[in-house]
Amino acid sequence: MTTKLKEVDVVIVGMGWTGGIMAKELSDAGLTVVGLERGAPRSDAGFSVPMIRDELRYAVRNELFMDVSRDTLTFRNKPAERALPMRRLGSFLPGEGVGGAGVHWNGQTYRLSPHDHALRSRVEGRYGKSFIPQDMQLADWPMSYAELEPYYDKFEYVAGISGKAGNIAGRIQEGGNPFEGPRAREYPNPPLKPSLASEMFTETTNKLGYHPFPRPAANMSRPYTNPDGIQLGECQYCGFCENFGCEANAKASPHITVIPAALRNKNFSLKPYAWVTRVNLAPDGKRATGVSYTSVLTGEEFEQPASLVILCAYGFGNVHLMLLSGIGKPYDPVSDTGTVGKGYCYQVATVVQAFFDDRNFNPFMGAGSLGVVIDDFNGDNFDHGPVGYIGGASIYSASLGGRPINQRAVPPGTPRWGTEWKKATARWYNHTLQMSVQGSNMASRYNYLDLDPTYRNAFGLPLMRMTYNFTDNDEKLSAHLTTVAHDIARAMGPTHLGPKTPRRAPYSIVPYQSTHNTGGAIAGHDPGKSALNRYLQSWDVPNVFVMGANAFPHNSGYNPTGAVGALTYWAADAIRTKYLKDPGPLLHT
Amino acid sequence: MVDIARRDVLTMAGAVGVGVAIPVSSAAAEAPPAAARSYQFFDLNEVAFIEAFVDHLIPADDLTPSGTELGISIYIDRQLAGAWGRGARMYLLGPWAAGTAQQGYQLPLPPADLYRCAIRAVEAHCAAVHGASFDRLQPAQRQQIVQALSEGRLPLQEVPAQAFFDMAYANVMEGLFADPIYGGNKNKQGWKLVGFPGVIAAHAENIEHFRGKPYPVEPLGIADLS
Ligand SMILES: Cc1cc2nc3c(=O)[nH]c(=O)nc-3n(C[C@H](O)[C@H](O)[C@H](O)COP(=O)(O)OP(=O)(O)OC[C@H]3O[C@@H](n4cnc5c(N)ncnc54)[C@H](O)[C@@H]3O)c2cc1C
Ligand code: SF4
Repeated sequence: MTTKLKEVDVVIVGMGWTGGIMAKELSDAGLTVVGLERGAPRSDAGFSVPMIRDELRYAVRNELFMDVSRDTLTFRNKPAERALPMRRLGSFLPGEGVGGAGVHWNGQTYRLSPHDHALRSRVEGRYGKSFIPQDMQLADWPMSYAELEPYYDKFEYVAGISGKAGNIAGRIQEGGNPFEGPRAREYPNPPLKPSLASEMFTETTNKLGYHPFPRPAANMSRPYTNPDGIQLGECQYCGFCENFGCEANAKASPHITVIPAALRNKNFSLKPYAWVTRVNLAPDGKRATGVSYTSVLTGEEFEQPASLVILCAYGFGNVHLMLLSGIGKPYDPVSDTGTVGKGYCYQVATVVQAFFDDRNFNPFMGAGSLGVVIDDFNGDNFDHGPVGYIGGASIYSASLGGRPINQRAVPPGTPRWGTEWKKATARWYNHTLQMSVQGSNMASRYNYLDLDPTYRNAFGLPLMRMTYNFTDNDEKLSAHLTTVAHDIARAMGPTHLGPKTPRRAPYSIVPYQSTHNTGGAIAGHDPGKSALNRYLQSWDVPNVFVMGANAFPHNSGYNPTGAVGALTYWAADAIRTKYLKDPGPLLHT
Repeated sequence: MVDIARRDVLTMAGAVGVGVAIPVSSAAAEAPPAAARSYQFFDLNEVAFIEAFVDHLIPADDLTPSGTELGISIYIDRQLAGAWGRGARMYLLGPWAAGTAQQGYQLPLPPADLYRCAIRAVEAHCAAVHGASFDRLQPAQRQQIVQALSEGRLPLQEVPAQAFFDMAYANVMEGLFADPIYGGNKNKQGWKLVGFPGVIAAHAENIEHFRGKPYPVEPLGIADLS
């Protein structure tokens, strides 16, 4: 039996960054808002010392992440293969619970470059149409960098980002990223303190003629009160950041910022343990009437009617719900028609390690975003003609932590066990410098999401199926930029240099790479080619808005959440100032 | 190490009904109480295997006592006896197919069952090829077996060698480096090996003061602060 609840103005599915921002913005506007979250509430006590400093529990057994015994996805590299379930987490770690992945993220918070927002035009203009590989679905974003700038700014101030501006209103700033788009003002907080690795990376990349800048961080470099009056503490460089909740309240996370700010409004209510199983549509399929959910505590089923449905269930959850509910036409790679599931992208990431006999890095003193970056090889900041691929990467030093189960390295040639292994581990743990290459990834015709024909989740619903592989473009990018990073490491004069291991097809779902899954319900100008319009409103069911990196037409060489936050504020603004006055499609086709 | 094989000791201990609080080496001065040394999951043959396996990967030397003395076999035993061993947070529904390496773990077995089957299969192999159980092989023979396991080359009945080795290797590293509350990393000797300070991690000042300098502290674990 289903209990039908009282109608509300807005129902939000998922309570991470996107859901929290929407809850705050729309309840501020006076609407009655209900936030449904499949996972548990979070309390401060849960993240207290010493219990939170448990690498096994949080970083190996994955306590804060999605529980794949209830719902997972199936995976294959190409359509000709049989997809099989991801039986354990690996390549990416979606969140679950109030605050979503924002609880246990690193906090590396970027803006995309202006080129990223107009990628197809930029590539065609500079290199010509024939430069674009045949199956690459390259598109301009449907909003420009300049349009999004105030919303990037808003997210950065709410999240208290520590960083150094590189371009304020067109004037290049010493010590910042000279390649970035113009911003209205400085970051709200100064950069974090550098580690030894940061200093070495800065010195060497300066010498090589590159332009290092401190990585923008949602780890507070000083105590901070955000524009909503929410107080955050000072980062302790504890090295238990990504995969963990922050004991010091120093990592901007939705459960300590936007969600409590929204909860000040009596017209917002938050329901944890509520698993949304579908968006209900009116008989004509053109209007959503609300959502159905199951209490994971009691198994009871509820129907929550609402005038407006906002999906904030992470890209995967959003696309899954759209496919399950019949919102938009599923993408078919063979005929290249349909839009839902199209444009799934990931990150082409590699790691470089260098070992220094005489340097003490104290790796356990680190923070989720601590490091120094160069953007000289990101976006279209360099000439792609000679290298023959599209895209780029941020290349950076990483001082994230030295948790010994996962964060230790030994020079190449070391045996994997025994006394020699032990000697090398003892010798090099404190003497390893870590660098990463975070490469972009372009949409490709045969990389997509749809419903699996065989496997089901705990609610009896089909799992989502991922078909994904690295392309020639990815391999070229990774070969070139991993070499650049390797050369930077060599220029530092290490005792030993780790191996050069660029990404190659086939992509594997086993080793962790990043939780930067994008696309699947992309935003665009053309309803035949995109699931969402430029306000992240469904073209097909206009009282459904879909927030998250699923809207990205491609994944850039940056972490996504700066742009995800900006897009959410941008869409919330459109709902408040445009949609509410005249509910219906914000753009006509 | 004692001369008699561990299994015989255990059998003797079992016979006199005193649990298994058997001193295993000179480090016995610091031996934990009997309950902490008793196995919950492994049977006697499996104990012989897992202790020999753990000690092969983490031998006693100038740097640390043996893996068994560090509690790593107890750590693995506890993990297998608990929720993780039974397949918590795994999708275990069928149908099953072998799949590609990129598709990851596809066996219908939760970790505890994988260990049980794999140990039986490795022992069958050792018996057939060397005429002795794994714990009674010469070190060089043991190395051969472990090497072959690690490369997925050991022909095992029923289960893939690679899947078992990958899991067991990861578990040994966990047992060496996880917080001592889980039974391994005894006296924080895994942390001392590398110089990891443990759970006290307020480094806002240290990151400047100790930049580039050694930071020698006695590590602390969860139990030291609770
Ligand atoms: C370890 C880690 C490190 C990261 N580091 C960075 C970083 O440094 N920089 C960066 O930019 N990004 C980083 N990310 C990514 C970042 O966390 C995400 O981009 C961001 O949190 C996504 O926000 P979201 O609101 O879209 O989704 P989420 O935070 O995932 O929130 C979605 C919520 O919806 C809920 N939900 C899903 N389905 C349903 C349903 N059917 N019913 C009800 N609720 C549902 C989920 O439980 C979840 O709480 C990291 C991620 C991880 C895991
Ligand atoms: S590194 Fe800083 S922000 Fe991250 S968890 Fe530790 S104290 Fe919090």
